[in-house]
Amino acid sequence: MLVYLFKRLSSLVITLLVASLVVFTVIEVVPGDPASYMLGMNASPETVAALKAELGLDQGRVARYFGWLGGMLQGDFGISYTYRTPVAEMVAERLMVSLPLAIYALSLAIALAFPAGLLAASRRGGAADSIVMAITQLGVAIPNFWFAMWLVLLFAINWQWFSAGGFPGWEVGLFAGLKALTLPAVALALPQASILARVLRSSLLDVLNEDYLRTARAKGLTRRQALWRHALRNAMIPVLTIIGLQFSFLLAGAIIIENVFFLPGLGRLIFQSIAQRDLIVVESVIMLLVFAVVMVTFLVDLAYAWVDPRMRRGR
Amino acid sequence: MNLFTRSACSLVIATAFCSTALAAKTDITLGMALEPPNLDPTGGAAAAIDEVVYANIYEGLTRFGADGSVNPGLASSWLIEQEGKRYVFKLRTGVKYHDGADFTAADVKFSLDRARGEDSTNAQKGLFANIADVEVIDDATVAINLENPDGNLLFNLAWGDAIILDEASADSAATSPVGTGPFKFSNWVQGDRIEIERNPDYWGEAVALEKATFKFISDPTAAFAALMAGDVDAFPNYPAPENLPQLEADPRFSVVLGSTEGETILSMNNQSEALSDVRVRRAISHAIDRQAIIDGAMFGYGTPIGSHFAPHHPSYIDLTGNSEYNPEMARLLLKEAGLENDLTLSLKLPPPAYARRGGEIIAAQLREVGVETNIENVEWAQWLEQVFRGKDFDLTIVSHTEPMDIGIYARDDYYFQYNNPNFVGLMEAFNVETNPEQRDVMLKQAQTLISEDYVNGFLFQLAKTGVANTKIQGLWENQPTQANDLTGVSWTD
Repeated sequence: MLVYLFKRLSSLVITLLVASLVVFTVIEVVPGDPASYMLGMNASPETVAALKAELGLDQGRVARYFGWLGGMLQGDFGISYTYRTPVAEMVAERLMVSLPLAIYALSLAIALAFPAGLLAASRRGGAADSIVMAITQLGVAIPNFWFAMWLVLLFAINWQWFSAGGFPGWEVGLFAGLKALTLPAVALALPQASILARVLRSSLLDVLNEDYLRTARAKGLTRRQALWRHALRNAMIPVLTIIGLQFSFLLAGAIIIENVFFLPGLGRLIFQSIAQRDLIVVESVIMLLVFAVVMVTFLVDLAYAWVDPRMRRGR
Repeated sequence: MNLFTRSACSLVIATAFCSTALAAKTDITLGMALEPPNLDPTGGAAAAIDEVVYANIYEGLTRFGADGSVNPGLASSWLIEQEGKRYVFKLRTGVKYHDGADFTAADVKFSLDRARGEDSTNAQKGLFANIADVEVIDDATVAINLENPDGNLLFNLAWGDAIILDEASADSAATSPVGTGPFKFSNWVQGDRIEIERNPDYWGEAVALEKATFKFISDPTAAFAALMAGDVDAFPNYPAPENLPQLEADPRFSVVLGSTEGETILSMNNQSEALSDVRVRRAISHAIDRQAIIDGAMFGYGTPIGSHFAPHHPSYIDLTGNSEYNPEMARLLLKEAGLENDLTLSLKLPPPAYARRGGEIIAAQLREVGVETNIENVEWAQWLEQVFRGKDFDLTIVSHTEPMDIGIYARDDYYFQYNNPNFVGLMEAFNVETNPEQRDVMLKQAQTLISEDYVNGFLFQLAKTGVANTKIQGLWENQPTQANDLTGVSWTD
């Protein structure tokens, strides 16, 4: 188990270092600079130069890369060029929206997918199976922003039960915060739940054909008992992989939904920062997301080891 | 106010409850498409900064009125001495900053010296180039000495970039602005909203609103949803003209059409090989059907222009006739220039809809007269680097939103690289002229000169399309400067 852990950890560190270099290089070659963007069309070249010096953009690239990397290792992400506030604070504020939204959406997806997947697998070929398959087919096919617009049209404009978007902040109260995240979470959860339900169903069906399940049934377990005690755990590996990928996607990829519901999340921060060439914010946020994805993968790897003892031996 | 509450109130003796029910709303939520990057109007060009702070949080010596006139601000009056080379301003007394500090003449000197200083990062530093020095006479009097007489000074001082700050709080202006205005900054949830509240110690007439929230909604569909769901009360610059007819039909909203200072032009690189020939520029100008662009790209909102000048300005003259739509003439001119069916130009389009949609239409119109275009969509940062600074383009579409900016045609290093000594001389004379009649004549000459030189394809004046709850009054109809001045805004019952 320790060897396994060590291997996973060292690959995590190497991935992060390589990512930091790639992120920095790619963003540095993009045309445009933040000082010109901020000062607009009437500024003289001297004014732009003065602002560049103030922002520390007149240093060389190598110096800036190591300055950035060194700062991050000490937890200092630098100061945003355009907002003039520490990047760490900005990101923390956005995470207060993006992280709960991702968790909310994923919980909803899991809560919908598990019963549906189990039901479909246990009634294979029956009416319930067909209905679940049809609904999930639709759920995968519908683009989530389109579904989101329908939610806004019905729940915000027609019935006015929810706001059309925005986020009041957690200081207003837990309920108000959750309410503001509900429509976005539903919009995000539908396609994810559909994918998850289908994966769970097919994974369960694979396992149900295995010899040991026949043995379990021969021992006298009912179908349901065999499904719960023996099949589910073995069917979890692909499902965990999907859940891990979905969480990473929900954290970083909710940008379209954030736009539809004008939520102040991480996706919009990246989008805005790229347009304004607030490079330090883009670099730091992307690194944070890489870190999050790598961490989730690491945790999923640990979960594999938990559900499948063979993996602990660290082949 | 419905009939029931009204009659109920007349019957009920305890009026305390009814008076709250009767009182008009005192808070407002305004939608804005773009969030300001920071709140310091003296350190960035973003229009969104001024749209939050101008006249609300910060004030300058002079200020723009809703009609574009220049009115007294922190200066109550002024005298012009030494034939226009010295302006002596009498300042308002008893004015306090939001942190309690007193406003004095020293702050004026500090703010103007900061804006024009060597390491200034003021985006409009050029506005202050003519100032020789700022002289504090006493706490309530300040004099500005100029290098040359300047008829534009009072106008320049009204810009958001010329607001007055206190030295003690100037450095934190980006994140926690402290001004002298009728509203104080109270909260900023980045990515979502900025809140300002009434300043109880304001020197002038108290404002009707107690609180105002600026909410940032960049997606046009979301902007529509937010209005319909009642999340925002008004969208002073509504981003989706295609929804306006629907909003106009809705009794809850009124749609207000006004004008802006945005001359939208098809800029031409006057130094590029083909476009240095005035016949080619003229041909392109005649190939453009302005009304088709206004209808197709802006859903009919916008006023055709024939020069680089705002139609609502008193000195405006209609010169659209110089470049009326005439494809035959365009073809003839191209033939004369030896470029019949043999011209390919690059057309770089920044993100706004007027450019992206307008660009497609212009490309089709140019093809009609035998000019091919290579369209390239660029982001603003790219546009600034490649087109604006690098001058690597033939054609581009952009709206010049600064008020009274015809002077850019006198700058030969400006991105469209027009270089006409007559125009430069005319602008130099205009800048030192203080006689209003003479200035009017000169402005008309300037408009005519660039129109007849076909410097750029002059398309239309950008419209201001505002949507607001019908019960809101006092929002600016036009946009003489980029601002959401809330001093006169209130709710009717």
